[in-house]
Amino acid sequence: MQPILEMRGITKQYPGVLALSNVDFTLNAGEVHCLLGENGAGKSTLMKILSGATPKNSGSIFINGKEVFFHSPADSQKHAIGIIYQEFKLVPELSVAENILLGSEPTLGNTPFVDYPAMHKIARSALQQLGENIPTDVAVNSLSVAQRQIVEIAKAISKKVKILAMDEPSAALTENELRNLFTVIRKLKSEGVGIIYISHRLEEIFEIGDRLTVLRDGKHIHSCSVKEADRKRLVGWMVGRELDQEFPRVELQRGPEILRLENVRGGILSNISFNVHKGEIFGFAGLVGAGRSEIARIIFGADKKEEGKIFFEGREINPRSPRDAINLGIGLLTEDRNRYGLIMQMNVRENISLSNLRDVANGIFINRKIEDKIARKYSDSLRIKTPSMEQMVENLSGGNRQKVVLARWLFTKSKLLIFDEPTLGIDVGVKYEIYEIINNLAKEGIGVIVISSDLPELIGICDRIAVMWEGKLTGILKREEVTQEKVMTLATGGTIDAYRN
Amino acid sequence: MRTGTESKKLKSIIGEFGIIIALLLEIILFSSLSPFFFTTDNLLNVTLQTSITAIIAAGMTFVILTAGIDLSVGAMVAFSGVIATSLLKLNLPFSLSFPLAILAGVAVGALSGAFAGLFVTRFNITPFIVTLALMTIWRGSAYIYTDGRPIWGLPEAFGILGSGRLFGIPVPTIVMVIVYVIAYVLLTRTKFGRYVYAVGGNKEAARLAGINTNKVILLVYVISGSLAAISGVILASRMNSGQPNAGLMYEMDVIAAVVVGGTSLFGGRGSIIGTFLGAMLIGILRNGLNLLNVGSYVQMVVLGIVILLAVLLDQMRIK
Repeated sequence: MQPILEMRGITKQYPGVLALSNVDFTLNAGEVHCLLGENGAGKSTLMKILSGATPKNSGSIFINGKEVFFHSPADSQKHAIGIIYQEFKLVPELSVAENILLGSEPTLGNTPFVDYPAMHKIARSALQQLGENIPTDVAVNSLSVAQRQIVEIAKAISKKVKILAMDEPSAALTENELRNLFTVIRKLKSEGVGIIYISHRLEEIFEIGDRLTVLRDGKHIHSCSVKEADRKRLVGWMVGRELDQEFPRVELQRGPEILRLENVRGGILSNISFNVHKGEIFGFAGLVGAGRSEIARIIFGADKKEEGKIFFEGREINPRSPRDAINLGIGLLTEDRNRYGLIMQMNVRENISLSNLRDVANGIFINRKIEDKIARKYSDSLRIKTPSMEQMVENLSGGNRQKVVLARWLFTKSKLLIFDEPTLGIDVGVKYEIYEIINNLAKEGIGVIVISSDLPELIGICDRIAVMWEGKLTGILKREEVTQEKVMTLATGGTIDAYRN
Repeated sequence: MRTGTESKKLKSIIGEFGIIIALLLEIILFSSLSPFFFTTDNLLNVTLQTSITAIIAAGMTFVILTAGIDLSVGAMVAFSGVIATSLLKLNLPFSLSFPLAILAGVAVGALSGAFAGLFVTRFNITPFIVTLALMTIWRGSAYIYTDGRPIWGLPEAFGILGSGRLFGIPVPTIVMVIVYVIAYVLLTRTKFGRYVYAVGGNKEAARLAGINTNKVILLVYVISGSLAAISGVILASRMNSGQPNAGLMYEMDVIAAVVVGGTSLFGGRGSIIGTFLGAMLIGILRNGLNLLNVGSYVQMVVLGIVILLAVLLDQMRIK
């Protein structure tokens, strides 16, 4: 069978970086071809070349056996190629129908006036093909992330794409929404659409993928059918070395209690009670929107609690701002580090010292030398990969950005650290490092709370896991008794009598 | 390929030092066109003429760095001027009324800034609207307070603030230099300065890093209001009168100086040195065109074109 897409010997040179070196990639009609690799491996560059947004230096692209040349995204679209980026390209204020047909609006005859009834009809039929019932007249900004993604896919379908590339489509989806997305992907597959699927979550690859290609450092490493691969070998191809295990495990010495919540209520949260010990890694599982981040924000003083008590090191506390919580020794590594963690216009040094300028200043004046020394110290101990302390954080990779935020909280001498989705969008190799760091922090007697949607990760590193559902704590599972099934039961509102909190 | 990277390098050099290059070109141009331009007297004159807006622009830089804007500065120039001069008309010995006038003028500016900061932080109203309202409130108040007539007949000694010289250097120029040195130290060497950049770069991230963002925002408006008021008192001294229509449209010149100096209206990026150079660029342009007898209508058009070109240069630097 002739592949619908063939990319041969693709090379892309950026100033100073060889982003892609002689990469081959083929896609058949009706298959899901997973593209894997760490950040910076070249996946995005390959997609940009396919989309026509970036010109290649050498190599050729064939569609149905015929060589094509892309000079702009419009050329690529003409060949029925659709790309769904991680950050959606939707206009939030426009309606669903207007977004789906943006740039190809049906008109009333040959007039410039938009034929709205026709527009809604086309949009509806595209959504129905996906088995979705999103109203076409509501503004996109009123939709959930999962629904927006469906709109993106509908947009591609309305253009009758034959090749659809999806960059990290699952990053913001809950388990249920992911199921739904997979149903949609299978439907498109059955209609002969070739799908390129990029994801960091290996479980998804095994579930939805037919074939896979691994890139590393801009080179093609391996292509095979998904059936021939297993987790360990996949990770090996991606990082270029064998990782003995995905999660480092150390025996931790559990110390005295550091944090206790009693019947805390606020926002969607009701009756939250739990405690965390020094030297313990305490996990929070649950679907997106179950209230896990809300608990973190209340402990950190970013949101107000309405009722209940919080005890820290045995004393009742009432943090009314993040500053209060920081002064007590609480640190929060937020979920979206780019939006809520880092100041992108600032460099590594400035981001590390930001929460504790007091310790690098004499009075109101900052001592640059001490500040630089501190930044260097944490940068070295966390192995932050940066050419210098003066590098802007926007030029760092996701994993290194996370380490910068972590360095900030280590420098404030936190006694309790809350990690909200600590490894989201981070490479496998760096993930392992982050787990090691978390372990070491606990070993030093710091209380650690980890909120994560990556269940294997929670099970791999936590001593206890609390499960949330619709603002309630539905259970706390000990390391010995935790299984994915139990967590999922509790996370969807089911009960396991024996483990009820 | 080689020429590609070289042209990129050239581009970035032009961008990095764009404003300095533009300033030098301007000086060379006017020096060659007018024999009166490059003289000590005229250059001092430029700093004197520019000092009023430059002092306000220093405060505006703080505000714009936090992604805010202060439109009330021009009106504040008038209001603080009439408040200060009216106090000089009281029957008090000059040694008492002079410091009182300056203090009262500046206090009005600081209060107005605190008021603006409060509305922006507590009631979450956009700075544009809050300061637009304050602009008309203070302008109107200046007219009401003076009945629409200038305050004349001030003690002659009051003139030293605006027209006096120290070692041959105009007093407003000296004030301007002091203001810029302090602003530079504040922004680059202190915790407060760091917080200003952090709040402008990402307000929520700054809050979650433990910064009292409301306090920082309030303070930048107090700084802006105070500096506008200082300029207002100096201007009144130079004109030896309190004019309710003083400082009309100054906010535009001031914002232009800040933006030409490379500070981003979106916050978090920019520098006080840039603002100083921006103010000088505009001041020299005005001065040079005057020397060449270019009419004020044409000057406006030229100024607009220069602002566009300067911002275009800055875009190159960011890319």
